[in-house]
Amino acid sequence: MSTTVQTQTPSAETSEPPVRRKRKGGGAGSAALTLFTWLLALGFFMPVLWMVLTSFKQEADAASNPPKFFFTPTLDQYKAVFEAGAGGYLWNSVIATVVSTILVILLAIPAAYAVSIRPVEKTKDVLFFFISTKMLPVVAVIMPIYVVAGKLKVLDNIWTLVFLYTAMNLPLAVWMMRSFFQEVPREVLEAAQMDGASLMTTMRVVLIPMVAPGIASTALICVIFAWNEFFFALNLTAADAATVPIMLVSTMTSEGLYLARLSAASVLASLPVVLAGWIAQKQLVRGLSMGAIK
Amino acid sequence: MRNSTAAPDRVRGRHRTAVRRGAWWQALLLALVTGFAMTGCAASADETKDEIVVAIVSNPQMQDAMELQDEFAKAHPDVNVKFVSLPENEARAKITASVATGGGEFDVVMISNYETPIWAENGWIENLQPYIDKTEGYDDQDFIGSIRNALSYEDDMYSVPFYGESSFLVYNEEMFEKAGVTMPENPTWPEINELAAKLDDPDNGVSGICLRGLAGWGEVMAPLSTVMNTYGGGWFDEDWNPTLTSPETKQAVNEYVNLVREHGQPGAATSGYGDCITRYSQGNAAMWYDATAMVSSIEDPASSTVAGKNGYAPAPVMDTEDAGWLYSWSLAIPSTSDHKDAAWDFVSWMTNKEYIKLVGERFGWERVPPGSRYSTYEVPEYREISQAYAQPTLDAMDGASQESSMTHPVPYEGLQFVAIPEFQDLGTRVGQQISAAVAGQITVDEALEQSQAYAEQVARTYQREEGQ
Repeated sequence: MSTTVQTQTPSAETSEPPVRRKRKGGGAGSAALTLFTWLLALGFFMPVLWMVLTSFKQEADAASNPPKFFFTPTLDQYKAVFEAGAGGYLWNSVIATVVSTILVILLAIPAAYAVSIRPVEKTKDVLFFFISTKMLPVVAVIMPIYVVAGKLKVLDNIWTLVFLYTAMNLPLAVWMMRSFFQEVPREVLEAAQMDGASLMTTMRVVLIPMVAPGIASTALICVIFAWNEFFFALNLTAADAATVPIMLVSTMTSEGLYLARLSAASVLASLPVVLAGWIAQKQLVRGLSMGAIK
Repeated sequence: MRNSTAAPDRVRGRHRTAVRRGAWWQALLLALVTGFAMTGCAASADETKDEIVVAIVSNPQMQDAMELQDEFAKAHPDVNVKFVSLPENEARAKITASVATGGGEFDVVMISNYETPIWAENGWIENLQPYIDKTEGYDDQDFIGSIRNALSYEDDMYSVPFYGESSFLVYNEEMFEKAGVTMPENPTWPEINELAAKLDDPDNGVSGICLRGLAGWGEVMAPLSTVMNTYGGGWFDEDWNPTLTSPETKQAVNEYVNLVREHGQPGAATSGYGDCITRYSQGNAAMWYDATAMVSSIEDPASSTVAGKNGYAPAPVMDTEDAGWLYSWSLAIPSTSDHKDAAWDFVSWMTNKEYIKLVGERFGWERVPPGSRYSTYEVPEYREISQAYAQPTLDAMDGASQESSMTHPVPYEGLQFVAIPEFQDLGTRVGQQISAAVAGQITVDEALEQSQAYAEQVARTYQREEGQ
């Protein structure tokens, strides 16, 4: 709401009366628009709110029809989720997500440099090759991957997931970073070179700080994809390396009620991603306000 | 001059950066290697203990077994158990992939009477008979006869039942009384149709009956196959000719689809066992034909508003004496397991008579896994709480045989399924057709024509085998 008002103010300086009239005339309309926006936002937020509410219910309350808005809240479901070993799942997810994201960023920065700032030969082919690895659906390759992992004795090993998530996110990260790198003015890099900075120093001192917001958003995407990844985790892990999405699905059952417990597990599962998004958002905003890239 | 002094500085600076970079990479590499090594150590730290990994379906009774682990640990301090618990579909896919390719992640797997004979023939699972025979007091003769047969291959058991189920009809006695109707002792499908019409009350959110309509061989096809059987139809005749368009099958499917469309629950095409539990236990359905295992949900006062208000009738029939199905979740040991003795320690602990007592005493008798052993039904505490459904369950399970539930002999094992590897796929595809008919997108005849075409592809393999 406040942003719409703010975006109108600059033009108000140049021709005040017409804009005012416009604002006045749009009063009813903008109120309706505001109301509509709120309704839309609430509509989208409702499932999340409902999930949080349900996580504090008993199973019978969660299954009742018509749905219950008022109930005695309980922490039983959270207790049950932790007793079922949520800690282990969370730890595995943290390792798989954090390590794979670090690896992706470390590998994607030089790769993106090589396809944007100092293009290697046949850059387009290279880029196409990167993205072509995402074209085959995962389900089509799961059986060979499973058999190979079985033969190498790395089934149910968290480092297998780290490896796969790195491979899964790398092409996307290279593409994203390339577009950020391309926006960096060449003059800045040339100036650094003129001052005698080596390639490494140019990257570390000049380039990376300039594209920090880009790195942050790429890392966020990688974190989200790795954290939510279900298919590899389901097929390649068992007791030791299972991640959070597996915890969610293991609270479901085809016999009996499970909605409240699933909701509690879902809230726990989404908290770290929300947190990561929040942290990266601050980074993004700061990066933009620095004004290095416009 | 200036240049010449500056150059070495720059070179040194570059060199220093490179060294620092190198150190950094080394540190990262070291961290990764340590990480790998540590996971390796963790796996081999407890070498004195046998570690077994158990894959189970996350149903309430299995979750109880996980909670009782301390009891198993007391009796077997040298065995360390880890669980992988997943919903039915995910568990089935994962266990099948692992056992069929020799992935070897699991030492104990939960499978059903559909997989057991097929996997035994393929040599994927261990023959448990030698283990059973040398385990004192295990008493495999106590397993319910029809279940024991279904889990045997060439007279040896290849998996042992954790619980078993057949199907029957539950009805809400209060609603019947209010409507002034009674349930016949052995209802037929036309009688159920009439009752459903009288009890249907959509204005008050009550449907006459709840029946599965969700696509899937383990969903809509399970109850529907029993209806097809009792009408004299079915999947294949004795010579592996598909009979999905025979007049009997057509009549059965029409009866089922019309019943659920006219007097069944709203949105039936996407409603399966889980949805019917919720509807029936919240008083939104007057009748429900489904698995006998339903009692542990609908008779549990903590989650059901209709607990203690239910009557039970045998599976509705048409041209046969019985019409129920037979299903069992059972435990098997994959041949790839390196810890077979420890695995059997666990399997025998989870399926013996003592375990039933343990669950009854710890969690309450309504939560014991039913339908596996005759002795469960002789425990006084269990008899008391299960008065309404114990006998109907036992009768349904004893009656669940092809001889009493089908009008003609068939070349396959199974009642609500056809025990051939192709059936998972065939059953699911036919289920999608039926589900579309329940949704009203196609007619029953169209659904069956398409299904017949699917079944013909499968049939060819078996007809060729017979011909040889």
